[in-house]
Parts: sequence; C-alpha cells; structure tokens
Amino acid sequence: MSKLLSVEHLSKHFLLSGGWFGPERRLDALTDINLSVEAGETLAIVGESGCGKTTLGRCIIAAQSTSEGRVVYHPTSGGDVELTALSKREIKPWRQDIRMIFQDPMSSLNPNMRVFDIVAEPLRIHRICKGRELEERVISTLEKVGIPAEAVGRYPHAFSGGQRQRIGIARALVLDPRLVIADEAVSALDVSIQAQVLNLLEDLKDEFGLTYIFISHDLGVVNYIADRVVVMYLGHVVENAPTEMLFEQPRHPYTELLLEALPIADPLRRKGRKKEVRGEIPYLGNRPAGCPFHTRCKYAEDVCRKDKPALRPINGTAQEAACHFAEKLELKGAYEDAPIGHGVEASLDASRRPHVHQSGGDGSTAEFARNLPE
Amino acid sequence: MAVETMPIATASAAIPRPRRESQFGLMWRRFRRHKLAVVSLWVAGLFYLVALLAEFLAPVEPSAYSARFTYAPPQGLHFLHHNEDGNWQFGPYVYGYKTEIDPVALRRTFVIDEAVRLPVSFLVESKPYRLMGFIPMSVKLMGVENPRDPFYILGADRLGRDMLSRLIHGTRISLSIGVAGVTLSLFFGIVIGGFAGYYGGWFDSAVMRVIEFIRSMPTIPLWLGLAAALPRDWSALQTYFAITIILSLIGWTELARVVRGRFLSLRTEDFVTAAQLDGASDWRIITRHMVPSFMSHIIAAATLAIPGMILAETALSFLGLGLQAPIVSWGTLLQDAQNIRTLATAPWLLAPGLCVVVVILAMNFFGDGLRDAADPHGR
Repeated sequence: MSKLLSVEHLSKHFLLSGGWFGPERRLDALTDINLSVEAGETLAIVGESGCGKTTLGRCIIAAQSTSEGRVVYHPTSGGDVELTALSKREIKPWRQDIRMIFQDPMSSLNPNMRVFDIVAEPLRIHRICKGRELEERVISTLEKVGIPAEAVGRYPHAFSGGQRQRIGIARALVLDPRLVIADEAVSALDVSIQAQVLNLLEDLKDEFGLTYIFISHDLGVVNYIADRVVVMYLGHVVENAPTEMLFEQPRHPYTELLLEALPIADPLRRKGRKKEVRGEIPYLGNRPAGCPFHTRCKYAEDVCRKDKPALRPINGTAQEAACHFAEKLELKGAYEDAPIGHGVEASLDASRRPHVHQSGGDGSTAEFARNLPE
Repeated sequence: MAVETMPIATASAAIPRPRRESQFGLMWRRFRRHKLAVVSLWVAGLFYLVALLAEFLAPVEPSAYSARFTYAPPQGLHFLHHNEDGNWQFGPYVYGYKTEIDPVALRRTFVIDEAVRLPVSFLVESKPYRLMGFIPMSVKLMGVENPRDPFYILGADRLGRDMLSRLIHGTRISLSIGVAGVTLSLFFGIVIGGFAGYYGGWFDSAVMRVIEFIRSMPTIPLWLGLAAALPRDWSALQTYFAITIILSLIGWTELARVVRGRFLSLRTEDFVTAAQLDGASDWRIITRHMVPSFMSHIIAAATLAIPGMILAETALSFLGLGLQAPIVSWGTLLQDAQNIRTLATAPWLLAPGLCVVVVILAMNFFGDGLRDAADPHGR
C-alpha cells in the first residue's frame, strides 16, 4: 500500500470577534493533527459532535483554510502536492482527485437544477467532455449508483433522501476521483437506507479503486465500513488504530467510553450497561490544560492534569493512542460483555451489520415507478 | 436556468415521460390559486396597456386646450337613448353643454344639456401621430363625429384640457417612472447587495451601515433637496431621468437588503459548497447556482417596490418638485386639485388620485400573491 494523503501537524483555530468592543477570542478546532491515509483503505474519523471531525475533513479538501501544518496529497503521477499551500486556481486540477459527499442530501443538491445538470456540473467545470460523451458519462455514473436513466431530467425534490444521497455520490464519482471524503454521509438517512448506501459505497470502492475518509459519529457504521479508525476528542487525535484492534481492545479511555455507549440490539446483553456517555465535551474556547480528556476520565491522575500525552504506538503495534497509561490500563472493548460461547464477532455482526444485498437496483426502481409526479 | 441542458436520449424512450414543471411553472400554478392577485394582475396589466397605447386611447393631445370649456363637467359616455319615435336606440353619444351664470359667484358655469346629443364614433380619423413614438397612425379609439363639438368624458380642467386624455398620458409617465426606478434600484440592489452578501466581511458591514444611514434620513426632505437641486432649464426628458435616479437612490437599499439576505443564507448551503469544491468560479457559482434559486423572490420584491416608486413620484410632483408642468403625470395632474375651490367646483380633477389608489392596491396585491407563490414553504 502506498500513502495517498498525509496530514502533518495540522492546526486550525478560529478567531471569534467579540463585537466592536469586546476582545477577540480564539477557538482551537484542531490541534496538531497527524495522520496518513493509505491508498485503498477506508479511514474513519469518529468523535462526538464538536470534536473537529468535520473541520478536519473540510481542511483536508481545502474548503477551509488551515492555520498551521500541511496536507500533502500523493498523486499516482508521483511527487507531492501540498494542498494547503495552493491557491484557488492551482488547486482546481486536484479537485478532480479528491471529492466530497455531504451529510444532508436535502441541501447538498441545488433544488433548481435537474439531476443531469447536477452530476454534469463537475465535468463542465473541468471541461472534461461535452455533448454525447458527457451525456453517456453522466448517465452511466448515475446508473452505477442506482438512479435509472429516465429519472435524470427530474429535479431533486422528486427523489427520496436515499436517492438524493445516491445522486450526491454520483456527483462525487463522476470525475473518477481517488479519494472521497464522506462527511456523515449516511447519518441523515433511515437505518435501512443507511445499509443500502453503505453497501453501495463498498461496491463503488472496489469498482473505482477508491479510498474513503469516512467521517461519522456512529461507531456501528464505522465498524461496518472502516479499515482503520481515528478517534478525535476536542480537536486532538486520541487514538488511531485498525478497526478490529480498536473494537477489541481500546487503548484510550475516551474510546472505551464511546464503545460503552454503543447501543446493542439484544436486550439480554444490554443489562447492566451504562446507556450514555458521561459528561459533556468542554467548550473549545477554554480547553483544559494537560490531557484534553482528563475532565471526564475516570482513570485521570495528577500527571494527566499537567502534561499533554503524545500520540504514540502502543506496545509496538499498529495501534496508536494518546494516553499516559495506555499500556497499563485494561480497557473494555466492544465485545467484552458478549455472552460466552457465541462467536463474538458474529453476534456483534448480527446486530450491527445490515444484511442487505444490493447492486444498485435494491427496490429503488420500484420506488421510482411509484414516485412519478403527475 | 439550465442553459446548457441538452436533450437526453435514453434507451427507455418508450416510457412516456411526465411533463416536467419548471420552477416558474410551479410558481404560476400556485399564483393562480390566489384569486385577488390574479384580478390585480389583470388590473395592473390593463393600466400598463393604457400606458403603452396612450396616443391611441387619448381622444386629444394632452396639451390641447379650449378656453371656451374651462372646468366643463364630465359628459359621461352614454349608449342608449329614446329616439323621436319613442323607441330605444343604441349608439354611443355624449350630451352637449349649456352655459349658466352662477347668481351667487357671478361665474359662468357649464351644465350638461340633455337636449343636445353629440354622437360618438369609434376608430375616428385624426391628425397623424406616432404611437409610442415610432408607429405612424392616424386613427384614434374614439371621438365626436364633429371635431368642433366638445368631448370631455371625464370633464375639463382650468384651461379646458381634456381630463381623460391627460389622465391617459399621465398614466404612461407615472407607471413608467415606477418601472424605470425599480429597474435601476434592482440593478444597484443586486450588484451591491450581492457583493455584500457573497463576500461579507468589512464590505458587508460598510454597505449595511450606509444603507442604514440612507434609510434613517427622512425621505421627503431628502427628495425635495435633491429635486430642488435640478437645474430649471433641463428638458422634460432630463428631468424625468433625474427624478428616476433620485427615487432609486433610496429604493435600492431595500432590494439590496433582500438580495444580501438571500446570498448570506445560500452561501452556507451545502450545494454552494459542493460547487466550490467542484472548482467552480465565483461568477459561475453566483450566476448558475445562487441567483436562479432566489430570482423569483427578487421579482416579487421588485413588484412590491413599484407602488412605492409611483407614490413617491406622485408625492414629489404634487409638491411641485418632481416633474414640471408640461410633463403630464398623475402627480402634476393632482397639483391642479390642490385648492378647496377647485375641489368644490370641479371634483373630477381628483380622478388621477383614484387611479393612484387603484394601481397601488393592484400592484400590492399582485406582489403579495407573487411573493407567496415564490415561497417554497408556503405551499
């Protein structure tokens, strides 16, 4: 595997003006983020709302300026492209390679444009093709995501949420990208539709040879789709580990906390578990000194209140965590309280993994037939 | 909107495609449900038609005067009368006048003489004129058969000029100044408000403070000051344009606010971010993604701004500081109705006031209906 993208010492802070007379306040959304994305993997970024995961996504795709550090893209042609240093004009060609899928399918499609034009827009902007070729490319991309060709002349309001998200995916994929950033791409959808869209993303990954950065707050979804998980807290990466290792044995107390809050569909196993995450994420403007998590951590000691732990590999494995006691703590994983005798993985799967086999035509065609406007 | 859309041939051409409604098609469908607005549209449309065809509809030139018929009362237009045999006969006519001496005021007054019937005919020959300034014509909609007979359907003014003709020509000036003023305001409003809303930052703050400053000034004194600064020797056309500019100097602020608000709310929409991430230029984002989604709102806002313009022009001209005497507008016509004596003896001089009220109401109702129809949440 080769590195596709690396984020080095990335920081982003916002200055909040205090009005005309008040003092300016500084809000640190991201602090010294380091991570790299391998070609072909699905990297999930998880965390509570406000932890900076969306800001990170927006910084990577240069929808937002960064304060410090750099984002480097490694194209197939070789060489390094420092995305954070490029001007709007210079970055345009790389926008073909890095695309985004948005959270809200209701607002991410222009309500005044027909589906065809929405998907054709990137091709027109980059002057990739026109006429017959453009038409074929748009329609074949839409068909790949499960939108039938006869629907391309409709406006977005004629589609359901899941279908709209498919259109958003088609818009991202029509340029043949290498990296797709999916910012809460399935959070706004019903659970059954989530499954369809996740499966679609999986299929498309194989077909187009994609790499995903999958931003989500839903650990169940992340467990299903991700190869590697980055856990963020208050603008810091607190754990970065392959999915299996992270769910099996988290190395950061925050990860444990998140896993504890994972809902379980089996009421017998649910017994005696805490239902929600304790405490609240502190306001970004007045972050605690030392470890950002110490205010909510039940294992916190004096050193946590003074020194900020660095992200480091734990016991020489691929698992990295930013905790002073990462090696010593015995933290509970997601499978800990599963009844013995069952295949641990399988039982979790049964509750988490949506078993919907689809290949673009998962009943959405029938839905279309019914949805024809008068 | 979808200028680059191309016809899409698909394999499944056999499936009959439902007719697709464009955004304006949907808007029109919603608009039609608003009965009052539809009626208002007709009324406003009628007034604009009158303005367009002023020369054809007006029986005489607005400046044609006749000292013999000062303050002649309205003759009205009649269609049915008893002929000599005692039967009803159909045919348009007006009554003649006879003069009486008012014994108290010792003034000569005109009263309708029902004994004299002056037949009226339609599409009569007239002196050659140019319709809208460029179509040569020599036919008027109606006139008395003998051109020397008096013909004052709506009465005459102080100089014996035909009120109807003056009203029709005044309609043209007053309504066109409304449209011209709003067009100018719209231009400034979209450009300035658009910049402020899209780029934000200090420019936005500066523009908003300027708008607040302009709007905090009392409008009438401001207009008076500006209008008084116009050179007296300017031609009618120059004054007309100067007044338009003065009116839109304030009118743009409201529209700029509306446009800025729409830009601000759209700027953070995901589909605009998506277009930015597609690599689209600012110009493309504004013209292709943002403006089409609020064009209907802008049209509605502009329609609602027209009555304000018309009222402002009327007020200015009424006060003698807008358009000046040879130009006929509703405002200048109402100037004649300023004193109580004329109101008491010649109430028909208030006809322009009635027109103002009707047009303003119609435009307001129409604008309201349009705004409701353009609102996607108001289905």
